Formats: sequence, structure tokens, C-alpha cells
Amino acid sequence: MSQLALWAERIRHAAAEHTPLRIRGGGSKDWYGGLLAGEVLETGDYRGVIAYEPGELCLSARCGTPLAEIEAILAEQGQMLPFEPPHYGTASFGGMLAAGLAGPRRQQAGAVRDAILGVQLIDGRGELLRFGGQVVKNVAGYDVSRLMIGSLGTLGLLAEATVRLLPRPGCEATLVFESDAAAALLRCQQWGLRPWPVSATFWAEGRLYVRLSGAASAVQAAQRSFGGETLPDAEVLWRAVREQQHPVFAGHGPLWRLALPPATPPMKGELAWEWGGGQRWLRSDEAPESLRARAAAAGGHAVLFRAPESLRCAVGPFATWPPAMLCLQQRLKKVFDPKGILNPGRLAAEL
Amino acid sequence: MDFPSETTPKGQVLAALATVLPAEALLTDPEDLRPYECDALVSHCALPLAVCLPGSEREVRDIMRVCHLLRVPVVTRGAGTGLSGGALPHAGGVVLSLTKMNKVLRVDPANRLAVVEAGASNLAVSRAAAPHGLYFAPDPSSQMICSVGGNVAENAGGVHCVKYGLTVHHVLRLKVVTSDGDLLDIGLEAPDAPGYDLLGLLNGSEGTLAVVTEVTVRLLPKPEAAQVALAAFASLEAAGEAVAAVFGAGIIPAGCELMDRATIAAVTRFVDVDYGRDAAAVLLCELDGTPEEVAEGIARVREVMLAAGALQVRVSQSEGEREELWKGRKAAFPAVSAIQPDYYCLDGSLPRRHLGEMLAAIRAMEAQFGLACINVFHAGDGNLHPLILFDRARPGDWEKAMAFGGEILKKTVALGGAITGEHGVGVEKLDYMAIQFSPAELDCLRRVRAAFDEAGLLNPGKAVPA
Repeated sequence: MSQLALWAERIRHAAAEHTPLRIRGGGSKDWYGGLLAGEVLETGDYRGVIAYEPGELCLSARCGTPLAEIEAILAEQGQMLPFEPPHYGTASFGGMLAAGLAGPRRQQAGAVRDAILGVQLIDGRGELLRFGGQVVKNVAGYDVSRLMIGSLGTLGLLAEATVRLLPRPGCEATLVFESDAAAALLRCQQWGLRPWPVSATFWAEGRLYVRLSGAASAVQAAQRSFGGETLPDAEVLWRAVREQQHPVFAGHGPLWRLALPPATPPMKGELAWEWGGGQRWLRSDEAPESLRARAAAAGGHAVLFRAPESLRCAVGPFATWPPAMLCLQQRLKKVFDPKGILNPGRLAAEL
Repeated sequence: MDFPSETTPKGQVLAALATVLPAEALLTDPEDLRPYECDALVSHCALPLAVCLPGSEREVRDIMRVCHLLRVPVVTRGAGTGLSGGALPHAGGVVLSLTKMNKVLRVDPANRLAVVEAGASNLAVSRAAAPHGLYFAPDPSSQMICSVGGNVAENAGGVHCVKYGLTVHHVLRLKVVTSDGDLLDIGLEAPDAPGYDLLGLLNGSEGTLAVVTEVTVRLLPKPEAAQVALAAFASLEAAGEAVAAVFGAGIIPAGCELMDRATIAAVTRFVDVDYGRDAAAVLLCELDGTPEEVAEGIARVREVMLAAGALQVRVSQSEGEREELWKGRKAAFPAVSAIQPDYYCLDGSLPRRHLGEMLAAIRAMEAQFGLACINVFHAGDGNLHPLILFDRARPGDWEKAMAFGGEILKKTVALGGAITGEHGVGVEKLDYMAIQFSPAELDCLRRVRAAFDEAGLLNPGKAVPA
């Protein structure tokens, strides 16, 4: 029996028995999201790149394939995943898609969900379903592939998937500016009004870092216009930002990720930000309700990113919804997982 | 599907709508309904019970409440430029036209976004953003008149989506009215709204999940420069390989369009352009960005095309010359109409590497069906738009054209593609959904639809087979 058939069988059985399952790939993000519950279903051994056509700018792989392996294969061909995902050590391809976390380059090249082209999944009824494919333009049926991104395995087991790639930029340079947060935000807004090749921004500890990526001539033109100091060994910095390992992330207490309209003025307690101000990091013991209310008032939301499971369960990893939206989220969950056996509680207590 | 409205007297439906809409916003006279009988898929027509022209979200909610109560099907309509019959009226239902809700409500340059009513035209958004040096990237060929709400419904693309993506990549937030008249706010002006990605479902849902009333779109800085390279090739296959070579060289063009010999012949009779006598295929490859990167990139495009066997390559040296080089491509559809008034414009997408095989298969089908097919398409993203020429006056021709189209779609799926790249399923491709999806997958899509619209009132009989 094939691996997919075995998984389908196991999920059907679990559904019949009402046994919760906890889908786990590389195990690098056990700390992320809500409650960990259920019998572990390991996907880490289902590995391998299924298809990679550099000329098509797309790659298909099995869910357990280590992210590091995929990135190494792409680098050989001068290509990359557009969204610069974090690895947290042992991340797998499937786990990366299920979590939907993107790194610094998201501000230029889009989110994980913007790059997904197709998935093969096993839903909570044990049905093997295929949506999307290898083409960018595909509007037949609803975009179920995109729905899977960030669903934290609560809708189905992502067995295989195809993502869109980008060529690696011909040239990169990182500039540093001494600047407080407010002035740095303004600078990012001004740059955003012209097609400068800005691929990442990071502000922390009174410094703004800007990465330029593109044709050499475009990068040099931006360097001349922006000024600032050029940072050597910039790759080390961006990797640390991607993994939240920059010294600014060190410390105790819950780590919050705020997603905000980028021009929102600096928030009280802010440690660092990325994406021109769209993603902000706070380490704070402020009451979760109060922090969530502040984020909502600014037009965004707050994710309890790293914290003890007890706290994540108590206040929920993500902000909650008004009743009509909660109902719709639950109805969608029911479409894919009517018995509620897949990663229950991981995305929200109600799902 | 069975609708109680088919037994609800028409008079009762109209009377109920009249209580929530001013008289001028409710059309019931057959004369007034006629302009709404079809969208751009003119082969399918039907008259609705009534056309509602709401001027506010409040009125949209009231209409939906009435229709929900009386179980009346609702077909939402933007500008009616859709090519798959998505806005074809339901004979027992109402058309909800959003043309009066056409305001650009707000442009926010600091956050690079615009908030617009769903009936606002695509181009109106870019016009409103232009003073800030920003624009709305999706550019379907109907962008002069098509509505942003319609762009969302069809997940519209356009010439430049090979680099900039589809509508879904540019929508941050939607305000929608559900089939029972509730309001939902989907997405945020910030990244990654919590929960399942409903924006991904709504974009491309063809009016089957909810009525979109307001759209917040992302704006991009306008590229400062653009240059196009026009290359002629001795065969379509060679041109197809040149496309692959451009991407293989790490270049992402802003647009990459191919015309075949028949298109070239039609175009050169219509506008004054010279593609050279031996051109069997013409490739247009445009780059945009800062002047420095465009100049650097276009020089590489030229080299790649020459290496791929281009007979000649012309690179635009001015805005005037760029427009000149695009003139033929832009005139392609009118040029074809001048030769043959009736054509069936198809839409399918497939991996770029199979373009050559697909085009060869289409040539074989021309003989099989006895109809000519012209190919002018978005080569960069593998999106074909074969134009099957037929004569409406000749009995059996339209049926043959439809059958020809069906064969093309089967072949695109066999090659790993999709039955529609950007025009949508509508009514046109409903029967072809089973080529691309298994019964279990179709069932899943039906249940997703029911999760939003339990009563099945929104655009029934479209997009997903019942």
C-alpha cells in the first residue's frame, strides 16, 4: 500500500473512532499555535522532490522533505523560494506550508500563500484530493490550495505541493541607518512610493537595515540615492532576523508578533519591526486583551508567537473573530474535517 | 436546482423588492431588462425577473434579505465584461448590478492601498492612485470598464500578471454581504488575518460565495521605465523555446506575449507593422522597473532571443516606439474580427514547456473540425487564448467550434494545465469541470460553497456543477 493510502486509511479509522491526530513534519514548530493534542502522525519520512523544472519556476515536493534540502537544490539552479521561510532547525516543506510563516523577503516577493500553486491533501474523512496544479493562472474551482496555507494542519494532511519560485537576485546589498523607529517608518514609506528594489527592512535598537535586491544597476542606483552605510556579512543578519535569533529577540516573557498596516506609528513596547512596519515584535507582559485591543484599534492583530503552552491555550494564539466569522470558520473546518480530528485546537480552540 | 421562487409568484418578489429599493433602482420592464440578458459570452442569454441597482451596502443587504426570505436566486453583476457567462441572469431570479456603487472611497499612499466600492472600474483605481505615483496592477484587457468587484469574482489577470500576479495577490480586504444578508469583513489592511484564508476563496469565486460590496486593494509604485523587445521567429516552437530561455536566464518579464502566423497575417492587414516576411511567430517581451535595471535586462533579453534563433529583434528606444511595437498585439482581436466576425475566444493554461506541443495539437484539430484557430496569448504564464473562427450563419459551425474548444481544454488538462486561466468557469465550462476534478473534489467544492451559501441562492448553476 502506498504511503498516501496508508495515511488515508489511518485518518478514516481515526475519524470513525473520534481519535484526534496531531500531524507533525520536521517538528520544528511544536511551540507555535495552540494546544498540541492527539496521536502523533509523523510525516517526516515522506520525502523527496517530485518535479523541478527550473524553466517553469516551480517545484513539487513531498511534505516531509527538509526545507534545507529544497533550498540547496534551488540554490544550485540560482533560484529560491520567494518568501524566505524560517527553518527553526528542522522545518519540513509541509510544515512550512501549514504554518504559512514568511521571512524578510515577503515585503517584496509575497507571502507563502501567494506562491502556492497546487496541493494534494488527505482531508479529515480520508479522501485524497488534488487542487490547483503547476500553473500560475488557474481559476477553475475555489482555490483550496491557498486555503491550506496557515491552516496549521486543521483541514487536511498536506501530502504533496507545488510552489512557485523566483530567480535569485543578481545583486544584493544591505544598508544601515541610525534612526529612531518613527523616522525609519517614514523613510520606508517614502521609498515605497518609487519602484526601488527594496527586498527587506528591519528596524531594531535604533538602526534601520535595508536590503536591496535586483539587477546590479538598480541596486547601485538605490545605494547612491539612499545613502547609509553598507553592511558586510549581511546574510548573517537576515538569517538571524528570519529565525528571530537576532540579539533583540533575546529575553524572557511572551513574544508577540503584531501584524499592522505598515504606516502605523510605533507601538508602545515595540522591540523591532520588519516589512516596512507591517510586522512588529514585542516582548511584553501586558495583558493579552489590552495588547490585542491596541493591535485591533490600529487595524491589525496580535499573535502570541512564543509563550508557554498554558498561556497560548488560555488566551488563544491568534485573535478571535466576531460570531458570524467564527461560524464561517467552523463551517469550513467541518467541510474538510467533520469529526474534528485533525490538529484540534492548534489554530483556535473552536476549530 | 429547485427554487421555491419558481412557485413564488413573480408579483410577490417584485412587491417585496419595491419595499426596500427606490423605484429607479428596480428594473422590471422587459425593455429595461434586455441590456442585462448576457455578459460578454453573448451566446447565452436569459431575462431575469428584475434588475436591482443598489446604491449602498444597506440596500444590498436589504435585497439579499428579501431574496433569502423568498428563496430567489441572485446573480451579481459588475460591468458585464466576463467571458464565461458568470453574469448570465437566472430566469427565475434577480440580477444585482453594482454599477451605481462605483466610488473610490480612499487612497492611502502611506500604506499603499485604496478602498473602493465593488462597482468602481479597474482603471479608476489607478487614476485615483496616480497622483501618488502608485497604481493597481491587475490589468485585464477590459480594464477601461471592468469593475474591481468583477476582477475579484474572476481573479482577473492581464498582460502583466506574469510578473505582478493575479487579483488575489493585490486584494487586502473585502466587505461582503452573505446570502442571508449578513455582513462579513474578510482580510485586513495588515498581513495574515487570523484563521483560514477566505480572501483566497473569495477571489475567483464567480459570485457564488457572497456579494462583494467593498474592496481594499494594494497599490504598487509605478515602474519608471519600460522597454519591449519584439522578436520574430521562423517557427512557433522556436518562439516557445525562446520564452523558456528568457525565464531560464533568470529574467521575469512584465509581459510576454506570442502571436502565431495567422494572427500576424490578420494584424498586418489591419495596422501598419512590419514583422518581416518569414515570421511564423512574433514574441513581445517587456521589462519594467527603474531605467537602469530595464536597460540591463532588455540587453540580456535580446541576447537570449538571438541565441534562441530569432530572425530579428527590435528593442524600443522610446515610449513612442514601445507603443508602436505593441500596436499589433493590441489590434489582434479587432483585426481577427475584421476577417471573420464570429470567433470563440477560449482560455486555458498549461506549463510553459508544453506550449509547443499544445500548439501542434491545435493545428491538427483545425483539420479535424474544419475550422481555423488563431493563437495570440500570454506566453509568459502559459495562458492560451485560442480564437476559433466560425460562421454563425453556417448551420453546425457553432457546435463544431464548441466541440473544438472542448478538445483543446481536454488537452490542456492532460498536459498538466487548467480549463481556465483567467476567464472563469461560469456556464461556459461547467461541463468541463469533471475533466479537471474528481467526483470527490467536486463534492468538496460544493460543500465549500454551501458553507458560505447554505440556501444555494448565489449564482446557481455556475462555476461548480450542482
